[in-house]
Amino acid sequence: MRVTQGCFSFLPDLTDEQISAQVQYCLGKGWAVNIEFTDDPHPRNTFWEMWGLPMFDLRDAAGVMMELNACRKVYGDRYIRMSAFDSSHGWESVRLSFIVNRPKDEPGFRLERHEVDGRNIRYTTKSYAVDRPEGGRYGGK
Amino acid sequence: MSALVDSSSGTPSAVQVDLRREFNEVGIGEVLDQLDRELIGLKPVKTRIREIASLLLIERIRKRMSLTSDVPTLHMSFTGNPGTGKTTVALRIASILHRLGFVRRGQVVSVTRDELVGQYIGHTAPKTKEILKKAMGGVLFIDEAYYLHRPDNERDYGQEAIEILLQVMESQREDLVVILAGYGDRMDKFFGSNPGFRSRIAHHIDFPDYADDELLAIADLMLADMNYRFSAGAREAFVRYIALRKTQPLFSNARSIRNALDRMRLRQANRLVADLDRVLTADDIMSLEAADVLASRVFSQNA
Repeated sequence: MRVTQGCFSFLPDLTDEQISAQVQYCLGKGWAVNIEFTDDPHPRNTFWEMWGLPMFDLRDAAGVMMELNACRKVYGDRYIRMSAFDSSHGWESVRLSFIVNRPKDEPGFRLERHEVDGRNIRYTTKSYAVDRPEGGRYGGK
Repeated sequence: MSALVDSSSGTPSAVQVDLRREFNEVGIGEVLDQLDRELIGLKPVKTRIREIASLLLIERIRKRMSLTSDVPTLHMSFTGNPGTGKTTVALRIASILHRLGFVRRGQVVSVTRDELVGQYIGHTAPKTKEILKKAMGGVLFIDEAYYLHRPDNERDYGQEAIEILLQVMESQREDLVVILAGYGDRMDKFFGSNPGFRSRIAHHIDFPDYADDELLAIADLMLADMNYRFSAGAREAFVRYIALRKTQPLFSNARSIRNALDRMRLRQANRLVADLDRVLTADDIMSLEAADVLASRVFSQNA
């Protein structure tokens, strides 16, 4: 099941050229572009790990693409996303985020029914991927 | 001209190019003229920059005609004595490259060893990469590049920075232009111990020292910028000042001239303030007198 999170996720995967153009748009707006990765695809997982430091003061997308390629070399089997942070007063938050890399095989989610208080049911979504320990979820080690 | 273009033929040899229009379109003529106007002397440097600009212009046209060739290597090294205008020229080069479309953004990131080399193990690579990322799409100007290499310390982190630089200079030639600058003899030693650098740099440009009359012209230009001027006597005294100052140690060309002018402004201000009852005209405030020049230490030492 294809994970759809952030911008452009209902489109076919962006090519490097398209990613670069999006990054250039962000840089043009003065946002700092960051690279994050995770192997826990749950939509409520907000704690993605950061690749390197936030990249402030860049002028050209080539620098970000260099880091993205380095990140892909190490974590190419995981989800990688770009997030563009706007530091201007009043915003001070992420303005745009989109997935730029995903595992070859995305096993999807199951729905768990939890019976509580008599006949009541609580629902939980759980990713099949997280049944395996961190680091080995998408055919890594 | 357009009547001559045979639009029905697709072969590149049949296409004709109006070189003058191309030249005007990119607007490098303007930058080159500005270079001639604002930089005194530096004949070999200007010739080289003109050559590079012409090559890039032709390269641009070739690209349009789909006569493919590799992206020309644009990394440069500037060698010359202190105060010969290396940094100033680097800024101009960036703007020429930008106009011709060989760097995408045209910013200049000027760094020295401190900004590239880290303090402890594992610190250097991220630091160097951060600078490289900032310089992408523009020009990275490394001043006094030979400090990156410390021959007396094998475990110096500078070597790591050099390796990262070399790798990016080779693999991302279209994203970044690196300019190394420094004093001639020390740069030679630096290239001697890092042959990889020498071969990756296409343009070695040597900045000559200025002649006396060029230094005087520079002084005039600087004063005009600051809204000052020499009186006739001061000008004549300054010619002598230059000749004397050149023979003394630690002479650093245009930079020494700038410092000398700053000291003369001090003395002029002091002279004006000494006589509080005088009514000043704009002319008095603008002009430097011979006395302001002659009070310099340079004259007393030689007397």
